[in-house]
Amino acid sequence: MIANPPPLDLSAQRAAAPHGQETPLLEATDLHKRFGQTEALRGIDFAIAPGEIVAVMGPSGSGKSTLLHCLAGITLPDEGNVAFRGARIDAMSDADRSRLRRTAFGFVFQFGQLVPELPAIENVALPLLLNGVGRGPAEQQAAAWFPRLGLEGLEGRRAGEMSGGQAQRVAIARALVVEPGVIFADEPTGSLDSLAGEHVMELLTRAATEQGVAIVLVTHEARVAAYAHREIIVRDGRLSGADVR
Amino acid sequence: MSVPYALLGLLEQQPRHGYDLKRLVDRYFAPDHPVAFAQVYSTLGRLEQRGRVRVDQVEQAEGPERRRYAITDEGTRELERWLEEPLDAEPHLQASLFTKVVLAILSGRPVEALVDAERHAHLERMRELTAVRRTSPLPLALLADYALFHLEADLRWLDLTTSRVDELRRTILTIPEVP
Repeated sequence: MIANPPPLDLSAQRAAAPHGQETPLLEATDLHKRFGQTEALRGIDFAIAPGEIVAVMGPSGSGKSTLLHCLAGITLPDEGNVAFRGARIDAMSDADRSRLRRTAFGFVFQFGQLVPELPAIENVALPLLLNGVGRGPAEQQAAAWFPRLGLEGLEGRRAGEMSGGQAQRVAIARALVVEPGVIFADEPTGSLDSLAGEHVMELLTRAATEQGVAIVLVTHEARVAAYAHREIIVRDGRLSGADVR
Repeated sequence: MSVPYALLGLLEQQPRHGYDLKRLVDRYFAPDHPVAFAQVYSTLGRLEQRGRVRVDQVEQAEGPERRRYAITDEGTRELERWLEEPLDAEPHLQASLFTKVVLAILSGRPVEALVDAERHAHLERMRELTAVRRTSPLPLALLADYALFHLEADLRWLDLTTSRVDELRRTILTIPEVP
């Protein structure tokens, strides 16, 4: 236990350095998580550098989504700790952890992340509005992402009226609009056909690389994992032998 | 199917005659496509020349002599190397991968470590191909896609096999040795 976790400074250390040698952006040590009788995580270590893309693979039920939720501060581990830019996520107050998720993390999931009744531009601007940015500047920042993700002209289209591939690209714009340090993507192409899936991965990884954003990418698809710099394999809540540091 | 390694794996268990080896190779590794006797004997001959196996007993009752083969230390080392090192990640490796999985089960070696090493090697090759398809004109990108889909198929088969490895182990270990 750390009695006094370092203060949360969300403006510090904008992640722009290439991945590799430097201090991890996000680091987890000896994570354990239990749901009832099920041990979902049994001592996982994980680290990701700024700008690095790491695929998390493993069979269904192996613990890969639980790992992502613990890394993102959505779920708290029973044991072990998670640090983002040196600050212990697991030791933060709920309010600080929520603020961190809104301002420093982006999320792309398989389904149901957009508000279907709202136009795409408002969906993308939503995290900025929640962070206190005014509507005008928020929509201006949001609009800048549309051409970069091949969404020109779709700003006013309701999310519920878009194709799966378009909706995922809107979700990526929404994840990137807060200029996060890391994006958590859980099966981001799971509901798409091959071509739309490749397009989404291409845009996601290119935009993340340009912005120096790290990605934790949970996927069971090898072709999706091949967009990452490296992969780890989770099996029965542990890392497979070759991935243990 | 990698007949030489299948033979080395079976000989690692115990010395065997060529006839028994042929029957066991068919049962464990090639139930849908029996190997020819000639291929087994010619492979044994090459393995003997290279010092991977030796004849440890010759019987002559009636008819032609029956030679019993045993694995050498060098043969055991070669088998170990093949099992531990991932295969070159090219499409259509199922037969060799299957041989590796079955040999790991037969010899009590850990299957998951072997499978994970193969997975990392496949993904490394898929990363290279993904880089090619992202930076190449369409014809080359589509060729890279072709290889990517096939490597992915290998990996999906590997996933399926891993998820059923306990069942496979039970099945294989109950196959009677003597036909």
